Amino acid sequence: MKQITILSGKGGTGKTTITASFAALSRNAVFADCDVDASNLHLLLKPEVEQTVEFKGLKLAVIDSDRCTRCGLCEEKCRFNAIHDFKVDPIQCEGCGVCVYVCPVKAIDFVDRVCGHAYISRTRFGPMSHARLKPGMENSGKLVTLVRQNAKRLAEEKGRDLVLVDGPPGIGCPVIASLSEIDAGLVVVEPTLSGIHDLKRALGLLRHFKVDPLVCINKHDLNHKNTEDIEEFCAENGVEVVGLVPFDPEVTRAMVAGLPVVEYAPGAPASNAIKETWSRVKLHLGL
Amino acid sequence: MKIAVASGKGGTGKTSVAVNLALSLGEAQVLDCDVEEPNAHILLKPEAEEVEAVEVLVPRILEDRCDYCGKCARFCQYHALFVAGETALVFPELCHSCGGCSIVCPRDAIVEEPRQIGRVHKCSPGDVELVYGELEVGEPLAVPIIAAVKHHMWEEGTVILDSPPGAACPVVETVQGSNFCLLVTEPTPFGLHDLEVAVEVVRQLGVPMGVVVNFSGIGDRGVYRFCEEQGIPIMMEIPYDRRIAELYSRGIPFVEEMPEWRRRFRDLAERIEAAIQ
Repeated sequence: MKQITILSGKGGTGKTTITASFAALSRNAVFADCDVDASNLHLLLKPEVEQTVEFKGLKLAVIDSDRCTRCGLCEEKCRFNAIHDFKVDPIQCEGCGVCVYVCPVKAIDFVDRVCGHAYISRTRFGPMSHARLKPGMENSGKLVTLVRQNAKRLAEEKGRDLVLVDGPPGIGCPVIASLSEIDAGLVVVEPTLSGIHDLKRALGLLRHFKVDPLVCINKHDLNHKNTEDIEEFCAENGVEVVGLVPFDPEVTRAMVAGLPVVEYAPGAPASNAIKETWSRVKLHLGL
Repeated sequence: MKIAVASGKGGTGKTSVAVNLALSLGEAQVLDCDVEEPNAHILLKPEAEEVEAVEVLVPRILEDRCDYCGKCARFCQYHALFVAGETALVFPELCHSCGGCSIVCPRDAIVEEPRQIGRVHKCSPGDVELVYGELEVGEPLAVPIIAAVKHHMWEEGTVILDSPPGAACPVVETVQGSNFCLLVTEPTPFGLHDLEVAVEVVRQLGVPMGVVVNFSGIGDRGVYRFCEEQGIPIMMEIPYDRRIAELYSRGIPFVEEMPEWRRRFRDLAERIEAAIQ
């Protein structure tokens, strides 16, 4: 079984558009949406949820005012500025447990906190693992890991040969969690100066974690010079550019219709380019 | 006045709105809190910068004092310590610097030492002051860098905070304490879905908000219907315009080439000020 993550560094470059189309083109894959706080893949794949599991993230400290002697030691020791007037601010609390430990009268409880839900679903293209982090919650990296584990298990149980992972933007904890044990990382970039800056950091992240890098340039015709610069940079660094997708209004129309663009407009220029990209990705993964 | 610019979905134009707003106002401070992928400096092109390291405290185990009791590893909620047999390991990138391990260690065998996880850059291109954070590639925790960026926040005057995308802890860290939050979205089902999530976060924080619809003219009417139902004002619309997209691709804030927009951004700031009062 192979696993590939679609990532981008910069948000909004077309990760989900590409992933959903790959899902529609795949024959034997499992899909994982690892953008757990602003997920979009479900809007195109329309999963029917078969299993829901509560996700408990970090715990929450709660001060029992009856037992509390108002000594203030908890507030003094809390490094997250989460305790004021003998109350814990649940937004600030990072669930470290220091206050619970130092309280001399054991007035602080350490309770489970449901931070989101993980889902296992069925789509018309294959099984899907996804999740929803409660807005504003910590610990999306841990939830991403759960989504990845579920996807891998699904692939093993159902004898699927590929896990297709839609990654979150950025390069921080949820992205790192979406890259463990991955065979290749496909970075989707737009030919803008910001896009190039973020591409370099995303490729740096793949190098850091020794993940095989691939690049797809989306809306490549928006700025030809920047596209050439990206191709040159990739050539110099031994990174294969597997796709050049043109700007195409059919992509937005497909999104409004709630369908992957290759399904909505199979003959559109963007669809043809994504199909070519998919063939190169498959070749690269040996599928 | 402290205005956070957030979005939920990435790539909707947060940085573009933050920078063009700042340039239109003249004197303003921009805090780029998207420390995983900071971009405001690409548009503002500062020449000289002051750079400071962002460090967090992480444990170091003094092997000669440690008896491998494992209390620290059992205490750590972040799995940043591992003790088995006669081995005690620290995974510093998982550490949240709570200091708990050194408190629970019965033999005073844990000391805390600073470790660099990123940088803060401070620069003044023209009348705008820019402070931006940069998380070291390979480091997971953005929040301490965002806190370090906000440490430089002006007490007076207009401060514009450019938030990372999403709706998790880095967004909370950026938006909390602001007087107003502008949510930049695009009129598509993806834009709408992520706007709904972002609205929930901003409501929890009790910050008043308004929406900027970017790339208007594409997509559908879902975002407009949602804003109307929720009573969230649409403060500005920026049409989908190939010229704006091309300027952005070259790293040029569009108010520089399309000066008629400066007035609109100043009006936006006035409406925000009125909404706060």
